[in-house]
Amino acid sequence: MSVIFLKGLAVLGFIAVSAMFSIWLERKISAWIQNRMGPMMTGFHGTLQPVADTIKLLLKEDIVPKGVDFLSWWLAPFFVTVPVVMAFLVIPFSSKWIALDLNVGVLYVCSVTSICVLGIFMAGWGSNNKYSLLGGMRSAAQIISYEVPLLLSVLLVVMQSGTMSMQGIVAAQEHGWFILKPHLTLAFLIYFISATAEVNRVPFDIPEAESELVAGYHTEYSGMKFAMFFVAEYTNMFIISAIATTLFLGGWQGPFLPGLVWFLLKSYGLVAFLMWMRWTLPRVRMDQMMSFAWKVLTPMALLNLLISGWFMVK
Amino acid sequence: MGELLTVNMGPQHPSTHGVLYLELKMDGEIVVDCKPHLGYLHRSIEKIAENRTYTQFIPFTDRLDYLASMNNNLGYCLAVEKLLNIAVPDRAQYLRVIIAELNRAVSHLVAIGTFAQDLGAYATPLFYAFRDREKIVDLFDSICGGRLTYNYMRIGGVSADIPARTEQIIKDFIAYERKQLIEYNELLTYNVIFLARSKNIGILSKEVARSYSVTGPMLRASGIKWDIRKEEPYSMYDKFDFDVPVGANGDSWDRFKVRLDEISQSLRIVEQAIGGIPEGNPVSKVNRVFRGTGEAYVRTENPRGELGFYLVAEGGFNPTRCKIRSPSFSNLGALSELVKGLNISDAVCVLGSMDIVMGEIDR
Repeated sequence: MSVIFLKGLAVLGFIAVSAMFSIWLERKISAWIQNRMGPMMTGFHGTLQPVADTIKLLLKEDIVPKGVDFLSWWLAPFFVTVPVVMAFLVIPFSSKWIALDLNVGVLYVCSVTSICVLGIFMAGWGSNNKYSLLGGMRSAAQIISYEVPLLLSVLLVVMQSGTMSMQGIVAAQEHGWFILKPHLTLAFLIYFISATAEVNRVPFDIPEAESELVAGYHTEYSGMKFAMFFVAEYTNMFIISAIATTLFLGGWQGPFLPGLVWFLLKSYGLVAFLMWMRWTLPRVRMDQMMSFAWKVLTPMALLNLLISGWFMVK
Repeated sequence: MGELLTVNMGPQHPSTHGVLYLELKMDGEIVVDCKPHLGYLHRSIEKIAENRTYTQFIPFTDRLDYLASMNNNLGYCLAVEKLLNIAVPDRAQYLRVIIAELNRAVSHLVAIGTFAQDLGAYATPLFYAFRDREKIVDLFDSICGGRLTYNYMRIGGVSADIPARTEQIIKDFIAYERKQLIEYNELLTYNVIFLARSKNIGILSKEVARSYSVTGPMLRASGIKWDIRKEEPYSMYDKFDFDVPVGANGDSWDRFKVRLDEISQSLRIVEQAIGGIPEGNPVSKVNRVFRGTGEAYVRTENPRGELGFYLVAEGGFNPTRCKIRSPSFSNLGALSELVKGLNISDAVCVLGSMDIVMGEIDR
C-alpha cells in the first residue's frame, strides 16, 4: 500500500516538474519561431520563469464571479486535473519505472483521460459567462467526436500486440517499432491528429479560441484554479505524447541510452512538435473540424481496422 | 429556431480591433443579427478643427487612422492647399508619395498580421509583420521624430528634408520586403487551413459594396477597379506606373490577397519615385498662420479606402467647418450584411478582413 502511495507522490512530483518544463519549452519555442528571445531574466535563459509564474498564481486572489453555479464552478478544475494525474499511473517510463502495470492499461488510460471533458463542460456551464458556455459546448462536442477515431486507431495496436498492458505493448515492439508497419503508420497519424484535438491544441484549439471566445471555458478563472487548467493542459499534452511513444514509437526501448532517457526524448520530441504546430498554423472552424472527424478520420480508421484485421486473421 | 443568445462582443474583446462593440444575436453558434455600436473613442476631432489654425490641425489628423498617419496628413494638407491655392515644390511632392506609399505598405502589413491572428495563427504572423514594419517606423523616426503619429507633411511641403542615408535604407527595405512577401505567401496565402477559413467567407457583392459606398482594398476585392490614385491622380501619382490589384469573389481571402498585392505595388511606386527625386528644398514656404475663404473637398486613397476632407473657410484663421469622410466608417456599414448567417468564427474572420481602425470611425 505504502509503495503505491510513494509512487503516486513521485508521479505528482513529475507532473509538476514536467508542466513547468513544458511551459518554459513552449515559451522558448514560440520565441524562437517569432524572432524573439523569450524569458531571459529569471535564471539561466529564463529557466526559473515557470517557478516565478507559479508563485504569482499562488498569491493571486481567487475571484468568484457573480451568479456562478458554485458547485460545478468550484469542482471543474479538479475534474480536469485529477484524471490527468490518474492517467500517469500506467505510463511506462522504463522497464522498471511504472507505477502500476495494469493488464487493461490502454483501456484505463483512454477512459480516464476522457473524464476531462466533464470538467471542461462544468467550467463552461458554471461560469455564468456566454463565452465560457460556448467554449464548454464546443469542447464537449469536439472531444467526444475525436474519441472515436482515436480509440479505433488504438484498438489496432492492441490487436497487433495482443495485450492491453502498456509494458506488454512495449515488449511487443522489441523487434521493430509499430510505426514502421504501414497500417500502424496510418493508425499513428490518425491517433496523433485526434489526440491533438483531444487536448485542444492548435489547429484544434477551438474551445479556447482567443480571437472568438476570449479564453473559452476558463475565461472566468483566475489564480490557482486557472493554474490547474493550465497544468492539466500541458500535462495532457505530455500524456498524449507519452501514449503515442508507448504505442507506436517503441516506448522506452532504444540503443545505448537508458530507457528513461529514450522515453523522455521521444515524448518531449512529440511535445515540441505539437508546440511547433501551435505557433505556425491557423485554427480550423468548428464545423470543419467536426466534419473532418466524422467524414474523414473515422471512416479511415474503420477501414484501416477492417483491412488490417482481415489480414491478421488470415 | 430556439431562444436567441445575445453576446456583447466588445468593447473589450481580443479581436474587435480597438473599442468596437458588436451586439450579436446568436442562434447557437450562428450569428442571426449583428449591430455595431460606436462612440467609445470619440474625441470630436472635427469640432477641434474649427478652433485651431490650419497648421495646428495637422497633428490631429495623425490620430484618425493611427496606422497610416502619413496618408492622413497628406489628405488634409492637399485639402488646405486646394482651398488656398498653394503650390508645392517638386521635391516635396516626390517625398510625399514615397512616404505615403511606405506607410501604406506597413499599414497593410499590420492588417495582414492581425487578420491571421483573428484566424487563430497565434501571434506568429503578427510578429513577422511588426518586424518588417519596425524598419519603416525607424525610418520615419529618423525623418520626423515620431514612431506612430508622425506629423511630417506640412501645408505647402514637408517639415524637413530627409536625412542623407534615407534613400539607401528605402532601397534596402524594398529588396528585403520583396523576399518577405514571398515568405508570407508560402506561410499564409495558400495554407490549406487558411484557405478553408477565409475562402468564400463573407462574400461582398459588387452591388452591396456600391450601395454601402465601400472603398479601398475591400471594394477592389469585390472586383471593382476603383483607386483614387488612378481615377483622380493627386500629388505625383499620374507619373508612376503601377497596377490596381482586384479580387474575383469579394470574400475574406480576396481582401487579404488584394492587400498583399498592394504592398508590392506600393514598393513599385516607391522604387520609381526614389530614382527620380528632383533636387531642391522640400520645406514649406507658407506662413504658419493664414486666412482663407471658400470651400474645398479632396479625397485621397488611404490604405483603408477613400479619405475625404471637406473644408469650409470664411476668412478666419481657422476653418469654419471640417468634415472628414473616413473609409473605415463606411466599410463597417457592410458588416451586419456580411455576417448574417455565419458562424461566430467566420464573423471574426470577416471583421478581421475588413481591417477597420477605430480611430477614424469615432473621430
